[in-house]
This record gives sequence, C-alpha cells and structure tokens, in this order.
Amino acid sequence: MTQTESSITVEVVYRGIFQKTLAQRICRSIVLAARKRGHTGTAFARYGDSPERNGVPAKQFAVVAINDLELEASMAKYEPAVVDVSIAVDDTLVKGVESWAWYGRQPIWKPLRKEGFLLVTSENTPAEVLAQTDTAERPYTLVIVPGGASFAGLWVFKDDHTDYRVLGALAKVVPDWVRLEDVKALIKEQTKDEGAVQSAQYGFDGAKLRAVKSGEGTSSHEVLQFEKPGWTTMRPGIVVDARKPGERNPQYKKYTARTLRPVVNFDTCIKCTMCWLDCPDECFEVTPEGHYEVVYEACIGCGICAQVCPVKDCIVMVDELKFEDNDDKWQFWKKDHDGYNKWFEQKSGVSANPQVRTPPARQAGSSNANPSANPTTAAGGDE
Amino acid sequence: MAVEVKPRESSDVETEQLATGCEAIAEAIRLADVDVMAAYPIRPYDGVMQAAAKLIANGKMDVEYIVADGEHSQFEIVKHACAVGSRVFVGSSGVGWFYAFEAIAVTAGLRLPVVAICGNRALDDPGAFGTEHNDSLAVRDLGWLLPWAETAQEALDLALMAWRVGEDKRVSLPVAIGLDGAFLTHSQQIVKIPTQAAVDKFLPPFDLGDRLLHPDNPITIAPQVDQDWLMEIRMQNDQAMRKAETVIREAHADFKRLFGRGGESPFLDEYMTDDAEFVFFGQGTLALPMRVAIRRLRKEGHKVGLVRLKWFRPFATAEIVRSLSRFKAVGVIDRDYSFGSPYYGGVLYNEVRSALYSQPKRPVVVGFIAGLGGREIEQPMAQEIFEKTKAAASGDLKSGDTTHWIGVRA
Repeated sequence: MTQTESSITVEVVYRGIFQKTLAQRICRSIVLAARKRGHTGTAFARYGDSPERNGVPAKQFAVVAINDLELEASMAKYEPAVVDVSIAVDDTLVKGVESWAWYGRQPIWKPLRKEGFLLVTSENTPAEVLAQTDTAERPYTLVIVPGGASFAGLWVFKDDHTDYRVLGALAKVVPDWVRLEDVKALIKEQTKDEGAVQSAQYGFDGAKLRAVKSGEGTSSHEVLQFEKPGWTTMRPGIVVDARKPGERNPQYKKYTARTLRPVVNFDTCIKCTMCWLDCPDECFEVTPEGHYEVVYEACIGCGICAQVCPVKDCIVMVDELKFEDNDDKWQFWKKDHDGYNKWFEQKSGVSANPQVRTPPARQAGSSNANPSANPTTAAGGDE
Repeated sequence: MAVEVKPRESSDVETEQLATGCEAIAEAIRLADVDVMAAYPIRPYDGVMQAAAKLIANGKMDVEYIVADGEHSQFEIVKHACAVGSRVFVGSSGVGWFYAFEAIAVTAGLRLPVVAICGNRALDDPGAFGTEHNDSLAVRDLGWLLPWAETAQEALDLALMAWRVGEDKRVSLPVAIGLDGAFLTHSQQIVKIPTQAAVDKFLPPFDLGDRLLHPDNPITIAPQVDQDWLMEIRMQNDQAMRKAETVIREAHADFKRLFGRGGESPFLDEYMTDDAEFVFFGQGTLALPMRVAIRRLRKEGHKVGLVRLKWFRPFATAEIVRSLSRFKAVGVIDRDYSFGSPYYGGVLYNEVRSALYSQPKRPVVVGFIAGLGGREIEQPMAQEIFEKTKAAASGDLKSGDTTHWIGVRA
C-alpha cells in the first residue's frame, strides 16, 4: 500500500456532510484522471463514517494502480492502513481527527507513509498550519493548497473550484500518477469551463511545499485512545453502562468536529440562559456566578450559541486553528480579568468593551465557511 | 412532473464508467428496460435507489418508480406488477429484507420472477451496516435463486442474467442477488457498460404467457389451498429449481458469447486450483483478500487456491462435489452464522459437507466464521485460515474441532 511503482493510495479527510460531495469529487477525479494514462483504480468512502454527522471528520479514498492485479494487492486491506497522500480539505483538521470509525483522536498524519504528502487547503502559512499539527513521527511534506474550508459540495453553496485546485496541487507532488494535463483534460470534459481548468493550474502553481522533519509540530494535543473489549469481557445482551447525570462521554469527545469555536465575553454576558438552552450538545456549564462557560471538549462549533445570544459580540465564533487547548476559560477570566479580555480581543478581533464598536471579526476560510450560514438543515443522512 | 425520456440508446459502443456496485445495478435496470421498481431506503440498498432515481431524473431511463411505505409493501408492489406482466426490480438489506419476509415467501410460491438485490448487511441487533450474509441466506429454503457478486461488473452482469434466468418459463422463480455491503455496494470500480443492442439480444421481452393476470385472460392466482394441493405445488417449485441449473448454464454460455465475460463456469470461479492441495471456499467480496493471500502463499511454495461460489441457489451440487473432491482440504469461509447448527458451523460449511457426504473420496472440510458485520478479512486472518486448513488435512486438528471464528477479540 505504500507508494511503489505499482500503486498509490490517497485519502481525503473532510468535514462530514458539509464536505462529503467535495471529497467524493476529488477521489473520483483522481481515478478518472489516472485512467487517462491507462491506470486502473477505485474510489470509496469509509463505510464506518456513515451516516455522517455535521462536521465530524470522515474519510474517502482513491487507489490507483498500474493494473488489476496490483489494484487487488492494494485493496487486500480495504481501508488503507498506510497512504501515500493525505488531503485535508479544512486546515483545522490538522489538530487531529476523532471520527465515527475509530476510537480516540488521531494525528492528521497517522496513516501517512514516511516521506508522503499531506495536502491541506488553507489560507494560513505552512508554519501556522504545522504549528497545530501533532509532532511528526516520520518525515513528510506539508503542501498548502490555496483556499479555505470549502462547503461548495453542498447544493446551497456556489462552486469554488476547491476540487480543481486540490487536483492541480496533487499533480505537482505525484506527477507519476496524476498528470496536470490529464487533470485539465478531465475538468475540461466535465465542465467545458476554461476557468475551472485554470483553477487546476492555480492549484499546481500556488501549492506551497514545506518539508517536515521528525519532531516538528506540536505536542499539546491530548492523547485519546481506547481498548476495545473482547467477547469474554463484554456484558452479554449488548448492554453498555449509561452515563451518570452530568457526566460527559469520556470515550467520544467531539471537539475535532470544530472549524470555529465560540469565545465568550463574560463581562457583557447577561446570564439569560439562551446559549445553555439552545446548545444541541449541552456544552455549557453554569458557573457559580451564573455565567455560562463552554466545555470545549464537547463543543462541535455549530455556532448556534452565537446566533441565539442576544448580546452583540458576547459569543464570537473564531477560527479553531488559533487555539492550542480546550481549557476552561471562565477560570482564566476569574483569575485574570484584564488578561482574559486582552486574550479575547486578540483571538476574536472584537473589543471586549461593548462601548467600543468594532467591525466583525474576519472569519477563517472562504466566504462559504461562515458560521451564520450554518447549514444544519442541509444534513442528509443515508441510513 | 413529466420528464422527457430520450429514445432508448442504440449506441453500439461499449462504454466505461467508474461506478459503485449500486450504480452498476442501476445501469442494469436501465439496460433491461425494467417497467416497475419499488424503493424504500435502507443502507446499502438505498445506493441503488439514488442511482436509479438519478437516471430517471436525467431522462436516461423510463421506469415506474414507486416509493413504498415500508419493505413489505415494496416487495408486494413488485410482486403484483410482475403478475400483470411487468419486468420488475426491487431490493433491500438486513432487517429491511426481514420486514418484507412474508412478501418474499409468497413471491417464490407464486413463481413470479421478481429480480431483487439484497445489499448484504448485518441483522440488528446490534445495529451495524457492514456485510454479513444472513439476510440473503434466510430465504435459502423458499425457492429464490441466490447468486452472489464479487465486483461491480459482476453485479451488472448477474442482474442481466437474473432477468434472463428468472423469467425463463422453465424456471419462473424470483432471484435475489447478494451484494456485499460497503465492499461492493459502495466501492467505485471501473465497469464496462454493454450496448443496448447486445443486451436486447441476450434478454428477450418478459412474457408470462397464459399466467398473465389481465382482464383478457381471466384467471385467479394465489387461492387458498389445503393439504390436497400443497405438496404438488411445492413439487412444481422443486422441479423449477432443478431446471434452473440448466437454464443458468445456457444463459451463461450466451452471455459469454455476447459480452466476452463470465468465466468458465456460471457456478464456480476457480483461482489457481489446477495443482492445488488446499482451497478456500466462499462467496462474495472475501475472494479478493483470499486471492492476494494465495499469491503470497504460492510464493512460499504452498499449493493453495480458491473456489468462489457464484450461485448459492441452485446449489450446483454435482459440479461443486466434482471440484472440491480434487483437494486434500477445503477451508469454507462463512460470512454468516447458523447458531446451533451441526458442528456450530456456518451455512455454507454445512451445505458443502452435506454435498460431499456420499462421495467415496472426500476432502477434509474445515469451517471458518469470518468478516461478520463488515469486518475486513485481513492478511493475517487469511494466513490463519490457511494454516488451520492445512493442519486439518494432516489430521492435526481434533475431531469435532472443525469450526473456527477468525479475528474475534477474546
């Protein structure tokens, strides 16, 4: 399954539901572009991720081989344990992924082979992205593809050519498998749009490569792993222990579903309970003083709290890549009021003082990745 | 909403698509010019629903597409449509298949050649989506023909075979094609789409003859009977199932001639068996990891091969016995279970052992339960299956120690 002369395996890591179609387009196009030079291949989604949930990290794969026999050899492990190229279509995914399909949080590079390529669509610099990626255990190349977290696969959003840019960048790093001219010819066939073809060229030209050595990256993300029980240790009758009231699930934490996180200005909070009531994941805890603080381990960043909060800029949704931890921020505010407010302003780009009018914070990602356009209604299960 | 339907494509060029098993089945529905299909969502069958709906929406296919209020209605709808002369398609998966069970039973009883897919999925509880063959296998005694596909290409090909064989007047029985959930239904593979002209040559129009339920042909079907009638009716089904084997062979020969695919035998796909001492025996997508294991084992000098079963019903007993008697040991891999069965073995295991019983020269048969609920059969598991099969051949296994669960955590 490692890149040999006979096959290549590519995975796309994406935000469940929101980017499902985008990931599918990328994987299909990889196989179809490679087909143009006579290779064979297969594309598939990881079944265990489905039914997908909004934002929860999921994976799709493309495997390309020189012939059917090599394709079989590569498919003998259906879900690839090792990939040659990993593509993350939202840069916040580099903070690690906790999916439906496994137990615990995994580094984004987990299945990436030594000296493989990690492509990330991002408007941030390679250094900024690397700073939030788990400490590398083996060298790889980080490739930043220009562009933010695209929701264009959803039918309510305009196509933004993220898939074409990714394919162009891919042709730059693995030209033996995916050639730029094949990518362009495929896009031309599918779209008859020269602009779309140019987007592939832009991805090719604009991709920034950064060689990552072992040991680079951050060690600040928590290790979250669980042992699965055996048939002799499970309780019979499919019985699992219930959580006690107020106890959160220690086996599934959900925070890697987040592209944006809510940051709270405790000074302007009027303790109205709206965020606490409307949060679909019951993420808010009541503080002794009646404030509501976010439990970041449980928050998926849906943005509903910021929408329902009646106080302007009291809850601000901020790019997840700007944060290093999931720590309790109310304690910070209690201990160091001015320090917290300074932190709040620095992260959110919004003044902590309600008397000061500030323009809304520029949100990370493309204009599509806008928390006020939270596409929860677009969720489509496929059970 | 009226949809403009293009005239049926008369292209004489075979095309190629990157298609999932479900999408390949939708293409077969189009090529077979199905009249009525019924839908009710359950994964992985819903993949066919989506793909077929898209073909209709794009004006590529004209089929009466009925969304039912549940699987029972779904199967009843096509049964009735079939009785009035429609070529039909239906399908389900897992517990949805079970919800339709009564309709499934009567369809075979009435000798109506409904073509279905069963997107094989673990039965609840516990809820799981991955492949397990117990859903399809539950109907094994009822008179349904049960082929199993391994690839998206074979899914398309078997679907065309299914209408041809099921609708043949000598058979007139329903067919349920087993498609492994995920590995087949949801994996995109390169599939050759045959031309309409070739399919038309292979698949004659559906004709129920004098059994057509129509005002011009006043008949009653499905009356209540008693013990004076029932055994004779069952005997007719038995005879139809017996004839199916011949009809499948004829259809397979025609298929090969027209499309150039299908392998030597319609019933068995043998891989590296010519000089084999040990073989694996199973059905569906587990053949892929086993073939990869065989190539690895062969490099180490082991004479090992694979016999993949393509039709579970009818069970081509003579051919299967002839094939398996050549080997020292057969490792039967069941992606199913049959709790409390002889030797606590899987369904295939006991069928194979039963088929071999009267043979003077029998291979040792070892049973393996593996890959349940969509768990992958990985190379170390394939290795374990090989070692246990080999050990059994040399008498190293204890008597009665013939069923092994592979890859289960203790």
